[in-house]
Amino acid sequence: MAKRVEQLESVVIRFAGDSGDGMQLTGGRFTSETALVGNDLATFPDFPAEIRAPAGSLPGVSGFQLHFADHDILTPGDRPDVLVVMNPAALKTNLADLPKGGTLIVDTDAFTERNLKKAGYDASPLEDGSLAGYQVHAVQLTSMTVGALKEIEGVTAREAERAKNMFALGLMSWLYGRPVDSTLEFLEKKFAKRPEIAAANIKAFNTGYAFGETSESFAVQYEVKAASLQPGLYRQITGNTALSWGLLAASKLSKLPLFLGAYPITPASSILEELAKHKAFGVRTFQAEDEIAAAGAALGASFGGSLGVTTSAGPGVVLKSETVGLAVTLELPLVIIDVQRAGPSTGMPTKPEQGDLLMVLFGRNSESPVPVLAASSPGDCFYAAIEAVRVALTYRTPVYLLSDAYLANGAEPWLVPDIAALAPIDVDFAQPNGEVFQPYARDPATLARPWAIPGTPGLEHRVGGLEKANITGSISYDPENHDLMTQLRAQKVAGVQVPALEVDHQEGADVLVLSWGGTYGPVHAGVRQVRAAGGKAAHAHLRWLNPFPSNLGDVLRSYERVLIPEMNLGQLLQLVRARYLVDAVGYNRVTGKPFKAGEIADAVEALQ
Amino acid sequence: MTLTAKDFKSDQEVRWCPGCGDYAILAAVQSFMPELGLEREKIVFISGIGCAARFPYYMQTYGMHSIHGRAPAIATGLATSRPDLSVWVVTGDGDSLSIGGNHLIHALRRNVNIKILLLNNQIYGLTKGQYSPTSEQGKVTGSTPMGSVDYPFNPLSLALGADATFVARALDTDKPGLTEVLRRAAAHKGAAFVEIFQNCNIYNDGAFDFVRDEKENRLYLKHGEPAGDTGVTHDETDFAAAFELSRVTIETHGVVPLGVFRDVQRESYDDLLAAQLANAKGDGDLQALVASGDTWQIG
Repeated sequence: MAKRVEQLESVVIRFAGDSGDGMQLTGGRFTSETALVGNDLATFPDFPAEIRAPAGSLPGVSGFQLHFADHDILTPGDRPDVLVVMNPAALKTNLADLPKGGTLIVDTDAFTERNLKKAGYDASPLEDGSLAGYQVHAVQLTSMTVGALKEIEGVTAREAERAKNMFALGLMSWLYGRPVDSTLEFLEKKFAKRPEIAAANIKAFNTGYAFGETSESFAVQYEVKAASLQPGLYRQITGNTALSWGLLAASKLSKLPLFLGAYPITPASSILEELAKHKAFGVRTFQAEDEIAAAGAALGASFGGSLGVTTSAGPGVVLKSETVGLAVTLELPLVIIDVQRAGPSTGMPTKPEQGDLLMVLFGRNSESPVPVLAASSPGDCFYAAIEAVRVALTYRTPVYLLSDAYLANGAEPWLVPDIAALAPIDVDFAQPNGEVFQPYARDPATLARPWAIPGTPGLEHRVGGLEKANITGSISYDPENHDLMTQLRAQKVAGVQVPALEVDHQEGADVLVLSWGGTYGPVHAGVRQVRAAGGKAAHAHLRWLNPFPSNLGDVLRSYERVLIPEMNLGQLLQLVRARYLVDAVGYNRVTGKPFKAGEIADAVEALQ
Repeated sequence: MTLTAKDFKSDQEVRWCPGCGDYAILAAVQSFMPELGLEREKIVFISGIGCAARFPYYMQTYGMHSIHGRAPAIATGLATSRPDLSVWVVTGDGDSLSIGGNHLIHALRRNVNIKILLLNNQIYGLTKGQYSPTSEQGKVTGSTPMGSVDYPFNPLSLALGADATFVARALDTDKPGLTEVLRRAAAHKGAAFVEIFQNCNIYNDGAFDFVRDEKENRLYLKHGEPAGDTGVTHDETDFAAAFELSRVTIETHGVVPLGVFRDVQRESYDDLLAAQLANAKGDGDLQALVASGDTWQIG
């Protein structure tokens, strides 16, 4: 019998379970199904750094939150509408985020005495009435999965149990009317070498789906219609994949071979892994002995005329700073990618933060200016990478590109770019012209010096970390020359052409919210909430942190109040106040989780 | 045009102390360069920091004076991305055995096609005479007024331990011996490690007199022949023989082995990586890549 179908505009689902329960896979598949429906979506995978924390423990809980809607959305959602928990620890760590009245789907089989104890429950919350305010669906998820798989030969009891996440996915797929074919194909492919495991997972998925259809526990099926996004071909993408492909695109646009030097580090490693797959694009990936060598090799490749890139997170970037300083004085292109994570030191490796801004701006000896930009969304990482390369190559300078753990792993629908429509990046290697080669002569427009690569006859020259005489590049200790060279290096970076800051102004708004980097989604969603509630606020989002857009001062001064939300203790705030003498205020939280739109809205409203 | 040693002298004034062993090494390298048979633009010298690291400034080739200890890493990036170049690293005992020790062993392990000349003077010269990782124990210096307590590295044993495919030793003032070693190193495809005893006449004068001045103590190694009275028959392809000879010192045997200790062929890192690029599946179609996976059409 067909069940009632209810229309929803948007839904936030969170899957939570043990690290070994396959929550990331489950979330990823639900995301793919949702993308195919044409919903707008945003995801937030939230997992511990430990690969397998002790089973059933609180630190071992892994979560995946997905927000999907029939309209454009900006964040994975502040709080879930639906929480799927696979064990007591997942309930304990996630229940506080579920609003009263929210839907809770629980695998009751996992609520054993032992698991309850591990999660710190004295009594089962399923029985003590503490969940009374929620719509609880108690499902014997594990035993139903195991029961359904009995007839499949060659599958052990343990393997059958492990398929319970597919039961949960099947149930959720029914509940929200998701298309199932892509998941079935995915499972067949993933377990192609073990057809019995593929069969088990497919059976578990179908059983979960059928359970939704027939169980009286679920009276209503929901529908979220496609969003009206810009027409075109879409796929979903995570920040690190987009960033990797952006580097491939930049290599193609500049006609320079890409050389990536990297050392494995969370949450940047997947860029190295992604690019290592694409040797057909002429990419050389070099897994170095350490972060220092990764940067050094990239700079060496750049000296030879490659597009030299090095990727890391904050704890690795600190080690690269001497190489970045060398690149500053050699005036050679180098792109350094910092996928920021919560710190200091090792900190919380899988969690996002914006704490590295001042480090990349100033964390080098002496005056060593470096352009810095930051990506604003997973898909934007593609374009930010191209822009970083464009500036590095045009101005012969190291460039820092900031991403973060949230952008790196978060996914969103992405309008597939038309590669042919991307602007080429012109690179003119120096050529002999019969005159004495001057390695530190400068292009009057960009102040860039010539890039003369080994193999070019007649342009043999030496560069190094010692101060160089203007124009000739010979070693120089001349006081006036050092002052001049310091000024020239500063002027070159200050003169990097960056687009004017665009303001999403609202008539009558006297509060400007200024954000940067990976907080774009929640900050803009927060501003929308303010407006929806009748308040007024303008929003501007900085892509370039060095140099700032030339109109930034004027923009700041045209508002009575400026709020700068950052996932740090006020780094951009400090720069803006110092540079523009504007009495901006900060909203600063470092929880290791992305901002919620609601807290931004509250901060804006507090200023009204 | 046939190049000569003069063609490899840059216009920069050489600023080592008068009497420094580096002058003789520079002259030997400049004299040898024409033998490479390469145009100057195809040759790159990369160094780190220290007295030896000024070397690239004096060579009329491409060059980079980089960061303390990092030259092998920078050279790895260059040699790997530009296999058409002849890439040389000039380093010292502090530069590559102390602050850059990690990069040295990994460049050797990977067998990157670079030639590493380690100018060993057993002292920190440019920072004015502190003991180095190759200084003998008990060395009295500014930073060790009561004598150093740490034991020194044996650079050749270290290189062999890192599985270097070419390991040799020469003397700064022994031009024929040094030139022969340079010739062999240049001919070797892969990483070549050459230790050059170099006299620092300011802070460690006479450190190698026992072999610079007392020529009877030089034991020139010849492949296939007994190595003096050491009891070892020299075999450049035999790791055990090379290692045993690396332990022969003036203290243990009254002689100093010179020449090529080890020379074996193993595919180089850059060749192996280039082969992966050449054999990579796919046509490098970026438009196809960005449109791959599960896609959907809107509008």
